[in-house]
Amino acid sequence: MTTTPLLEIRDLHTGFHTDEGLVRSVRGVSLTVARGETLALVGESGCGKSVTAHSVLKLIPMPPGQITSGQILWQGRDLVPLSIREMNRIRAREIAIVFQEPMTALNPVYSVGEQIAEVVRQHMGLGRRAAVDRAVEMLDMVGIPDARRRVGDYPHQFSGGMRQRVMIAMALACEPKLLIADEPTTALDVTIQAQILDMLQDMKERLGTAILLITHDMGVVAETAERAVVMYAGRVVEEGTVDRLFSAPAHPYTRGLIRSIPRLDGGQGRHKRLDTIAGSIPSQYANPPGCRFAPRCPLAQADCLAAQPPMTSPSADHHFACFHSVPEAIAP
Amino acid sequence: MTAPLLSVRDLSKSFPIQAGLFGRSKLAVHAVDRVSFDLRAGQTLGVVGESGCGKSTTGRCILRLIEPTGGSVTFDGKDVRALDGAGQQALRRDMQIIFQDPFASLNPRMTIGAIIAEAMTIHGLGRDAADRRVRVAALLDRVGLKPEHMRRYPHEFSGGQRQRVGIARALAVEPKLIICDEPVSALDVSVQAQVVNLLKDLQDDLGLAYMFIAHDLSVVENVSDRIAVMYLGRVVEIADASALYAGPQHPYTEALLSAIPVPEPGRHKVRRKLSGELPNPINPPTGCHFHSRCPIRKLPLCATERPEMKPCGQGHMVACHMRG
Repeated sequence: MTTTPLLEIRDLHTGFHTDEGLVRSVRGVSLTVARGETLALVGESGCGKSVTAHSVLKLIPMPPGQITSGQILWQGRDLVPLSIREMNRIRAREIAIVFQEPMTALNPVYSVGEQIAEVVRQHMGLGRRAAVDRAVEMLDMVGIPDARRRVGDYPHQFSGGMRQRVMIAMALACEPKLLIADEPTTALDVTIQAQILDMLQDMKERLGTAILLITHDMGVVAETAERAVVMYAGRVVEEGTVDRLFSAPAHPYTRGLIRSIPRLDGGQGRHKRLDTIAGSIPSQYANPPGCRFAPRCPLAQADCLAAQPPMTSPSADHHFACFHSVPEAIAP
Repeated sequence: MTAPLLSVRDLSKSFPIQAGLFGRSKLAVHAVDRVSFDLRAGQTLGVVGESGCGKSTTGRCILRLIEPTGGSVTFDGKDVRALDGAGQQALRRDMQIIFQDPFASLNPRMTIGAIIAEAMTIHGLGRDAADRRVRVAALLDRVGLKPEHMRRYPHEFSGGQRQRVGIARALAVEPKLIICDEPVSALDVSVQAQVVNLLKDLQDDLGLAYMFIAHDLSVVENVSDRIAVMYLGRVVEIADASALYAGPQHPYTEALLSAIPVPEPGRHKVRRKLSGELPNPINPPTGCHFHSRCPIRKLPLCATERPEMKPCGQGHMVACHMRG
């Protein structure tokens, strides 16, 4: 297929100017999101996954933040040079976002109905009454019981899980083509997390929305995404279909990440050691010439420190950046 | 059978809620509602439940960081609730705690060395400052940090390293029991595994007992001998880890287990899904607290009478009218 992807990020560099120098959070990230698919952007704290996603909507504070180079093509059109006014036509209507903390993302002094209605009036030009009806319809769709009555309630009258449903209702109210979900379930309890992930899946199927899911949880990736991009220290280290990434991961970091997930083992885990990745993530100020994972990598050799490994593609739907590793199943 | 190191019976804690104009307290939140369990020396009890289930409050009541309102706590043969100030001080040398947030639990104005040595000074350990410095260096080495780190401040460390400092501080007074209150919840997975392994190594070497508090069943599986599952202030099931994972009895335990995302694409398991949200702890459902969300409830009894713990196997107890 040669159709234009919904979103294509090309060699994105985003940094922040600080007193100690430039923090290069995103160092040349490229990825694509196709219409209607769920792409997971995975990595640990500070790997640049959120900054990448926030760059798409230009939600990073500028200054100190800056997109220093690269392109963000939305249906073929570069968003990087757009003004705030032009961006506002894209936001909510075309690309919407849900944040990790539903407590801080909602305004406490407006009812949830008013907040959803404001979005649809602003972006879809609906009248007051139609906007409220739309709010009720959305709340109902995301599984808030008795939506007609609850539309006038304030955020503090909802639990964490329900607030996240409200956030998702608001994000999807204008039927965007892409939803960026930034750790949408990280702050929630496990049973509620399961409910929200099921609901997101259901909404995706009903509305055909593509999802860029940012998460650190490989379990969530396996259950919800079709493809995944693994980031480490500002760079993409591996990309592929979820099936491939889990059945034959190639990059040593991906392999370590998958291995270190605590797995249920019928209560026998007590007597085993968890696999770990030695060391910790590198400083964001450091700019070594080689692979950023090399200091922690079991396969590292001299060449790894000298140059950044290019992307290798063992198959059309699988790419990774490592000189020495090959895709291989993880021994149980 | 030797006596358990820690024995908790009917432990309760209710927080009054200020209501009315003159602050007359009428309502109370029963954060911990008649919780009982035993923990043997050198073993780990995992305590699992979602936010607001009372797991952290239980841990703090055992240490008397929060004063319980009922029940008993026996540690090493001593009635913890009857101890006076000096007795309590001595007890806290034997019982330590590691907190969830490695950012909030270390004083940013103190060096790592001072933070760890302070605990020794309070309990009169070490001959003098020089001796304590030697001990601090050994402790840092023990938890995988470097002795020269003692002159640095908390902000210079990553989350995982700070949690190691918290562990070193707890170890400084040579305790018998450490209450680990979600020690790895705030850490990335790869670092989580490092800290869990460290805790296991320390347990093997030093014979420590842990009460390991967590909000999901995947992490505790890797550390626990026994596991207690809590819901809205009550223990609903307690069993040896192998029995609990092989055959969970309480429907809430089943739901918690099936809610864990499996890192195997395509293997979409059948979820025992819970409908609804956690009820308001101020006004919990009558009878069995879980009945409003329970997928297997059938008896009218479920809504009227609190299910008591009953045995359903070797060392396996469940509080459910439908099971056991």
